Amino acid sequence: MRERKNVFQNADKVMIVIYILLVLMGWLNIYAAVYDDTHSSIFDLSTNYGKQALWIGTSALLIFLIMMTEARFFSSFSYVIYVGIILLLVLVLGVGREVAGSKSWIEIGSFRLQPAELAKFATNLALAAYLGRTHVNIQTLSTKVVVAIILGIPPILILAQNDTGSAIVYATFILVLFREGLSGGFLVAGFVAAVLFVMSLLVNQWIVIGSAAVILALIAWRWQRGRRPWVPLIGIFLISAAFVFSVDYTFHKVLEPHQKERINVLLGKETDLKGAGYNVHQSLIAIGSGGIVGKGYLNGTQTKYNYVPEQSTDFIFCTVGEEWGFVGSTVVLGLFLALLIRIILQAERQRTAFARIYGYGVASILFFHLAINVGMAIGLLPVVGIPLPFFSYGGSSLWSFTILLFIFIKLDSHRNEVV
Amino acid sequence: MTRRAFFAQRQYVIIAIMVVTVVIFLVKLFYIQVLSDNYRLLSESNVRRSLVQYPPRGIIYDRHGDKLVTNEPAYDLMVIPRQVKNPDTLELCRLLDLDPQLFKHRLTKARKYSMYKASIFLEQISKESYGYLQEKLYRFPGFFVQPRTLRKYPYPIAASVLGYVGEVNQNDIDKDPYYISGDYVGKSGIEKSYEKELRGVKGMRIVMVDVFNREKGRFEEGQYDVPQVQGEDLISTLDLQLQLYAEKLMQGKRGSVVAIEPSTGEILVMVTAPGYDPNLLIGRQRTKNFAMLSQDPQKPLFNRALQAQYPPGSTFKLVVGLTGLEEGTITVNSRFGCNGKASSPIACTHSHATPLDLIGAIEQSCNPYFWNVFRTSVDRFGYTNTRKGYNEWRRIVLSFGFGSPISPDLLNQANGNIPKDAYYDKYFGRNGWRSLTIRSLSIGQGEILVTPLQLANLSATIANRGYYIPPHVVKRAGDHDIGFEKKKTAVADEYFLPIIEGMNNVFEASHGTARYWKIDSISSCGKTGTVQNPHGKDHSLFLAFAPKDNPKIAICVVVENAGFGATWAGPIASLLMEKYIKGRVKRLDVEEHMINSNLIGP
Repeated sequence: MRERKNVFQNADKVMIVIYILLVLMGWLNIYAAVYDDTHSSIFDLSTNYGKQALWIGTSALLIFLIMMTEARFFSSFSYVIYVGIILLLVLVLGVGREVAGSKSWIEIGSFRLQPAELAKFATNLALAAYLGRTHVNIQTLSTKVVVAIILGIPPILILAQNDTGSAIVYATFILVLFREGLSGGFLVAGFVAAVLFVMSLLVNQWIVIGSAAVILALIAWRWQRGRRPWVPLIGIFLISAAFVFSVDYTFHKVLEPHQKERINVLLGKETDLKGAGYNVHQSLIAIGSGGIVGKGYLNGTQTKYNYVPEQSTDFIFCTVGEEWGFVGSTVVLGLFLALLIRIILQAERQRTAFARIYGYGVASILFFHLAINVGMAIGLLPVVGIPLPFFSYGGSSLWSFTILLFIFIKLDSHRNEVV
Repeated sequence: MTRRAFFAQRQYVIIAIMVVTVVIFLVKLFYIQVLSDNYRLLSESNVRRSLVQYPPRGIIYDRHGDKLVTNEPAYDLMVIPRQVKNPDTLELCRLLDLDPQLFKHRLTKARKYSMYKASIFLEQISKESYGYLQEKLYRFPGFFVQPRTLRKYPYPIAASVLGYVGEVNQNDIDKDPYYISGDYVGKSGIEKSYEKELRGVKGMRIVMVDVFNREKGRFEEGQYDVPQVQGEDLISTLDLQLQLYAEKLMQGKRGSVVAIEPSTGEILVMVTAPGYDPNLLIGRQRTKNFAMLSQDPQKPLFNRALQAQYPPGSTFKLVVGLTGLEEGTITVNSRFGCNGKASSPIACTHSHATPLDLIGAIEQSCNPYFWNVFRTSVDRFGYTNTRKGYNEWRRIVLSFGFGSPISPDLLNQANGNIPKDAYYDKYFGRNGWRSLTIRSLSIGQGEILVTPLQLANLSATIANRGYYIPPHVVKRAGDHDIGFEKKKTAVADEYFLPIIEGMNNVFEASHGTARYWKIDSISSCGKTGTVQNPHGKDHSLFLAFAPKDNPKIAICVVVENAGFGATWAGPIASLLMEKYIKGRVKRLDVEEHMINSNLIGP
């Protein structure tokens, strides 16, 4: 093994630069979001931006720790870390502190930790470790069952904490599984299910079922390869119909009232701009009023005057949209997209399946957060409270994303070494 | 392709999903940020609050600079229904001392008016409650306080001249786009006729507010603010002390007093009795009090000085005499006989030597004399050519300001009535009337109607020896004087002298009808009138001016249902003239009798 002069020597500069840019932009926007004329120092620890500075500093420390850790540690101890975090998730149910309806915080002195954030990279490690074994075949049922258990335990525990947002993040691993050989049918089915869900809430369910029948009939009619697959088509139709009918039940009996409201707001069925629709409406106003180049840094009236709730955490993108305009939004989204693509391309270049799968997991988790968070802020997706990676205020979330990304950067920096 | 390589191709599917998602986001962002203007406008309306700055209304002074109408601060609680978020209704009701039912009702009313525009939720909160409310108001988004001013009247006088101020109605808003709902506007009197001067110009202060309705500073450094312009102060022609005195003298009576400075047409006093305290019609109690006043059988809201129309009675003999002189049908020395109560066609109510000349006839108010004067005027073109004679006579009468509103700045004046020939045609058939038919006019009875203001103006016209300046109540608005053109009557100046002599004798001569009310050391002129009233006791009228030379005050007093002109109207006019010219009244017994007499019951 070569002697390491510098832990960052082989680290991917592109990912690190984008990471630094996003973290700093996030910090500036948190400052803007809580900015007040009577502001104090940007390092004032009583404010969000002051604390964020502290989180950023500690993140730098974490980065050094990760970069100095043996790369093998992560693959060897992935299950240990996973089990450890699961225990923390169980622990939080017992001793956790409830904040805003979610019992997801562990409090040690004045220090608060959200295990659900850390569970993301831990689960990713475990998944990579399991699927990264040689001769593993995702097509087999037993593999699927194990994968389902690895991916299923954390979200169930997180749901038990009443933190729906953090739980649904685990759905993103379908992209990783897809890359590792899971049938594309699952992706398509997921997409179709989403369409059917929305449609059956928007229009009469019989019309949805009728439309599904017509589409399937058209597929059958235009079928050109051999015999028409009547059995699968009818099967798909029956499943779709059953799904559509279950949507109604799920929507009214399973979902919480506030969740129903959020979906209704999104679908335009609920237009109470003072009630459930208020956040999204104000968020849209904030972003929409930004124009091409924005109102200028610290000049956002929507965010500065507290019209947008949760503006330094879940709705941080409003500040970007309002103060930096379309140009700023494009830059931020562009940086994220560049980071995602870079991670995927680097993942494909890994020599170990473990590193590749882990890389895909990183990209999927970041992508999911980006999509849900920004999609919610611009009114394309229902309100789900999950942070924008590197941007949103919060120690646990910044640490978690930093650890998530830098474990991959660490693995990546060793890709030319014999493991 | 190997299985492994096949799966590697899936990276492009995953990258494509990510790219497509980001592109969809950018399209949406492009739409809401670049293409649509909607959100920019919404964001501005979110944070921008246009606060109307109501300038204080102009102050109204009396002619000597004493304040008749002033302002005091008041606060309106405004509401913007769109911003109201589940208020703690009970808490707010408690702060405002408001019934929760009423609270809901008012909020509904405001919502109906506009969700976005501010409307008055509770008007005129006192300074004390305001201070208390201000501290808690941040907890009730959508509510804010608008400083206003309320009128205040240091003296409870001249209510109907000064008028009152109230909230604009839809009609006001339609007529003048300056007004928006919740504005105040002069509703009557000077407040209304000088509304444009008094109101000033509303300003606009645009501030930014946060979601809790807290002010966060000025919008764009205040460059879109509109400065308010304070209302112009008015100097009224009224004389505070004399008005106070006149109202005191008129207490317990129904009628009116109008006093004019002849040389300027400035109204010194205008009383309608019974009146009301103008302080009743301000603030939140206005509606209630207004209803109470409008139902009062004594009609305190009815400004008798301007709106009551009476036959002028004997006071009109002055005009009849002047007309005869001008037309040359009589001279100063013309004499007509009088048979006292046996006179025909009009009996005389006074017993006196006969035949009298013009001066004597005025002094003794001889009915037959003026019937004869009137007859010579109307029959001047022949006994059958009544129409021509009458119209000529009427033209001269109208030149005194009768038959139409006379003041340029008082509102709702009655016209009075000097009947047209067509009226008699209709009544008696075309040309079916002669001087005899309309003889009542000669002594100011019959169809003829005048207002006390017109009579006071007649007095001023005679005092001026032939002209008048339209009587008005405001002499200065802001920094410009208000003046009006002289109006000449159709009677030559010289003919006024004998009439004045006659009027002087009313006070001075041994048989003058107002000899008991002569003012010590002031040579005064007057004319009594006792107006027959088919509905009850006669109205007591008196016209006067003083001093005879270089007159300072011309006055008309009407006391309804009081009897002889000399009994009530005469002494009141006399006391007022003394008070005005001398500054104080010597005849305390007369004064006391007048002040304490109650002619209309409790």
